[in-house]
Amino acid sequence: MSSQDIPEENLPAEQEHAHGAVSVADEENPFADPGLPPHEHRIQDIDERAAKRSERVVALLFTVSMLATVAFIASYLAIPHDKSIFVFPIGHLSALNFALGVTLAVALFCIGAGAVHWARTLMSDVEVADDRHAIEASPEVRAKVMADFRQGAAESGLGRRKLIRNTMFGAMAMVPLSGVFLLGGLGPAPKDKLRHTMWAKGKRLVNMNTNQPLRPEDVAVGSLTFAKPDGLEETSEDFQNEIAKAALMIVRLQPDNIKDKRELDWSHQGIVAFSKICTHVGCPISLYEQQTHHVLCPCHQSTFDLSDGARVIFGPAGHALPQLRIGVDSDGYLEALGDFEEPVGPAFWERG
Amino acid sequence: MSTAANESPRARGKAPAGERVADWADGRLGIYSLAKSNMRKIFPDHWSFMLGEVCMYSFIIIILTGVYLTLFFHPSMNEVVYHGSYVPLQGQLMSEAFNSTLHISFDVRGGLLMRQIHHWAALIFLAGMFVHMMRVFFTGAFRKPREINWLFGFLLFVLGMFTGFTGYSLPDDLLSGTGVRFMEGAILSVPIVGTYLSMFLFGGEFPGHDFVARFYSIHILLLPGIMLGLMVGHLILVFYHKHTQFAGPGKTEKNVVGMPLLPVYMAKAGGFFFLVFGVIAFIAAVAQINPIWAMGPYRPDQVSTGAQPDWYMGFSEGLIRFMPGWEINIWGHTLVLGVFIPLVIFPLVLVAIAVYPFIESWVTGDKSEHHILDRPRNAPTRTGLGVAWMTLYLTLLVGGGNDLWATHFHLSINAVTYFVRIFFFVGPVIAFLVTKRICLGLQRRDREKVLHGRETGIIKRLPHGEFIEVHEPLSQEQLHTLTAHHQYEPAEIGPVVDENGVRRKVGTSEKLRAKLSSAYYGEDNQIPKPTVDEYKEITSGHGHH
Amino acid sequence: MKKLSARRRHPLAAVVVLLLALAATGGLYAAFAPAGKAQADETSQSLTITEGKKLYEVGCASCHGTGGQGSSDGPSLVGVGAAAVDFQVGTGRMPAATMQGAQVPRKKVVYNQTQIDQLAAYIASLGAGPSVPTKDQYGPDGADIAKGGELFRTNCAQCHNFTGKGGALTQGKFAPSLEGVAPKHIYEAMQTGPQNMPSFPDTTMSSKNKKDIIAYLNAVNGDKTENPGGLELGGLGPVSEGLFAWIFGLGALIVVAVWVAARTAKAKKS
Repeated sequence: MSSQDIPEENLPAEQEHAHGAVSVADEENPFADPGLPPHEHRIQDIDERAAKRSERVVALLFTVSMLATVAFIASYLAIPHDKSIFVFPIGHLSALNFALGVTLAVALFCIGAGAVHWARTLMSDVEVADDRHAIEASPEVRAKVMADFRQGAAESGLGRRKLIRNTMFGAMAMVPLSGVFLLGGLGPAPKDKLRHTMWAKGKRLVNMNTNQPLRPEDVAVGSLTFAKPDGLEETSEDFQNEIAKAALMIVRLQPDNIKDKRELDWSHQGIVAFSKICTHVGCPISLYEQQTHHVLCPCHQSTFDLSDGARVIFGPAGHALPQLRIGVDSDGYLEALGDFEEPVGPAFWERG
Repeated sequence: MSTAANESPRARGKAPAGERVADWADGRLGIYSLAKSNMRKIFPDHWSFMLGEVCMYSFIIIILTGVYLTLFFHPSMNEVVYHGSYVPLQGQLMSEAFNSTLHISFDVRGGLLMRQIHHWAALIFLAGMFVHMMRVFFTGAFRKPREINWLFGFLLFVLGMFTGFTGYSLPDDLLSGTGVRFMEGAILSVPIVGTYLSMFLFGGEFPGHDFVARFYSIHILLLPGIMLGLMVGHLILVFYHKHTQFAGPGKTEKNVVGMPLLPVYMAKAGGFFFLVFGVIAFIAAVAQINPIWAMGPYRPDQVSTGAQPDWYMGFSEGLIRFMPGWEINIWGHTLVLGVFIPLVIFPLVLVAIAVYPFIESWVTGDKSEHHILDRPRNAPTRTGLGVAWMTLYLTLLVGGGNDLWATHFHLSINAVTYFVRIFFFVGPVIAFLVTKRICLGLQRRDREKVLHGRETGIIKRLPHGEFIEVHEPLSQEQLHTLTAHHQYEPAEIGPVVDENGVRRKVGTSEKLRAKLSSAYYGEDNQIPKPTVDEYKEITSGHGHH
Repeated sequence: MKKLSARRRHPLAAVVVLLLALAATGGLYAAFAPAGKAQADETSQSLTITEGKKLYEVGCASCHGTGGQGSSDGPSLVGVGAAAVDFQVGTGRMPAATMQGAQVPRKKVVYNQTQIDQLAAYIASLGAGPSVPTKDQYGPDGADIAKGGELFRTNCAQCHNFTGKGGALTQGKFAPSLEGVAPKHIYEAMQTGPQNMPSFPDTTMSSKNKKDIIAYLNAVNGDKTENPGGLELGGLGPVSEGLFAWIFGLGALIVVAVWVAARTAKAKKS
């Protein structure tokens, strides 16, 4: 609080003096509502020059808005859409977006600021009290409505003619079923779609990067490779649906480091192929730490141990990543020895 | 033409044109009786009463920019090759949805600005609704007669979340696609019908070729349509109930004090729309949002670290991240508790806050209307519960971004997750207790202030050498404001024996109610406000200490 | 950081070219030149190795063992190749000093490029491994940026984020940001798989693939990268966007609301 906020006469000594005759008007009930305080004038209410100043500020704001709109139109027409500018501290950004956005913002903000300044300084600021009225109807109105309703209900005979009532309720209850059945066309029944992927015995593992079939000697210890089934191309009609299930993550471990016997059996010289799709809710999981052999899901942090049957060691996933059994075909390429033995991806009711 | 149809001789050719148009309209719409009660409607001034306007205006901005975006967006999942002007994606295979979003961002003049305003306004819309809801909660504005409007507002918030989610998914980029995949996984976890629901939603297996088109009609038609209806209803009720106000001199339960709609609030509220639009347009001019070109088109075998939903879905992300991976296999079926439990808690977290007004009114048994707002401190239990809920919500938000917390504060992601697991249960309890203590402390301070006056910070030495602090007594306005709130008595279990001497059975719900009531209003749970007698006794004596 | 790498890039390239030229001439000499001259070149090569061995014994042997065979404090360096040394020492990760935290972070580089080359030569002499890539391999010429983007999203984004901003791994480990990392070092990291990063050897990710990835990274996260919409907000996605919307969006609107609703100054209070 600066000193000029407290005029001399309000300083403590005088206050002490004033004590006793406090501004409590109602002696009976000092907590009683004293009513709306009297209206105090603003500078603009008593000083015409101040009011003129306010008027000019409002008009200036509206004028700036008009100019900004002109600038907006000019920017729209003049700035090439691919022009990049450097604006400190934002960085390199699209000149068009920046110019359009700033001019639009100024045009809008100035209208708002003008209107509010006008309302705050020039329109009446006398506080008004408005009465509230009870929302509930009076007992008479209530009685009238109830009587009307009873009369109407009696005239309809709904209570008396049970046959009409019951069949009407039946019909009304059944008719939405048509709508429910119409929704049946939204999709096919699941059947066993979630149980199968494109992998099958003899399908070669194709490197996602080079689009070439993989050989065991390509895969080094500590490396990470992603593979898709032979024959699945990005341009295939159902590429997205198939890769959502068939995506494969391939790593090579020292066979001695593999703790899980089945994992070792299903591997080829320490090369193991696991589903890339997280068993939690289906994110492509592949944050492979080559020293710990852990793989982390970037979405919900489920962590799997690839050296131990890809079992879950942390996070919300409920079961291990499915492993694909692999071998080598007669030409020396890695191939699948069958489909996954269990459904890949998120668990579901029928998974079992 | 309109005036020619007007038969009233009074209006013909005499009144100004504006009046004649109004007369014409009144003869058909009855606008005068509508204007009579509304044109000079009183609105109280308080910044927190404008939060709802922030929401309404950002909703209008979203609709305006959204309509613009639909002119260019193609809700199709057909694969096309990109040939637009963004070099790092040229030649890339992508869906038409993604392609047209790139087109809007790089080749439509002003398209990027509209996209950014749309998205920023959506984030602000939901943030605004959240804060608005908390304002209503902590001031008790949800009490009778406004419970239904509270529910309207709540539904707007929930529908806003889903409208946001479906909109975020439309560009079919790698980030939003990952979010949709998460949703598919969550749906699959539903016992018995999960796989069917998933197949029906996606028109077959994930991702299929349908979901963008389906989300599109949900995002631009179904949900916004319902929301528009709810918002109109919300506003009509605000007008009908008249706005609440804080206690103060001249303000009663029977009146509303403020400025009239015409002209002050017309200018202030109308101007505020332009201010909100201006601020959001400025943000869209300087800050980039959802750069889908950097994320690339969706492919179910690709992902980026730091994959998060927009903030309003963050708490569901937290729920799913901290859950342990429970999965039960019995009789050839799988119960995916690790996903299904969060899916159930998700609506429960929201419903908990939605039903609160009804619980409180049951506990108090109060049937009267309330138009004077509570100060949060004067309802310590409610305030404590509200802060506990917010703590839960924030804990889940932190959990939803656990990976970013880990990298930015050099923590272990596992440690953050364990912390969230514990704090989910402990945090709200601590928050409740601490908040309630603080509220009671503030109540005590108010009581002191009323009885002994305001501490001036001025030390005075009395003739006999004692030092005292000068207390300045409060004005009647202040005294009234600080004592205007109503304090409830804890509900008693009524007499167990009625007038005929028959023992009445006391139901469990009655017992529970009495227990809750004493937890709300019992001896240690609120500080009795000073009475007139107490005040008189102290002030008539020798004053201030 | 950026300045550092930019300064480092040019002298580095020069040295690499020099080394290449040396190696090439060396090879030619070995094939065609009289025995005496080859002897001389071999001597210069062995001199480099000797120098590297000296540096190794002072700065590295305490953890990695006197012959690079490794110890409980550091892994064996036999067969890691010159590329691994150039990456680890060239990004300042090695020497690690004390093993603190979950992983060894990038820091100030201790050795100059000549010393790094000597160390690399010595380690390469212990066992065959990937050699330091040439500018041809990681330079921007002939790279397919869009293909690089697709490869980046398949192989790298899961740890390093869409545009290489980095991300969290388990137990406090993290994938570092790729901002301002020299193309050569990115190439070497892919080839050798430092620390917990898996390797992406040429057999599964061709040299051209790596070139594409580096070109993509330069396009989306280089010095000149444009963020058309404005502030990048860390490039981290919805979390930072949400924070921004709350603090600057809603925050600004509340400030405005306070102004709209506040009482206008009264005449009395001057």
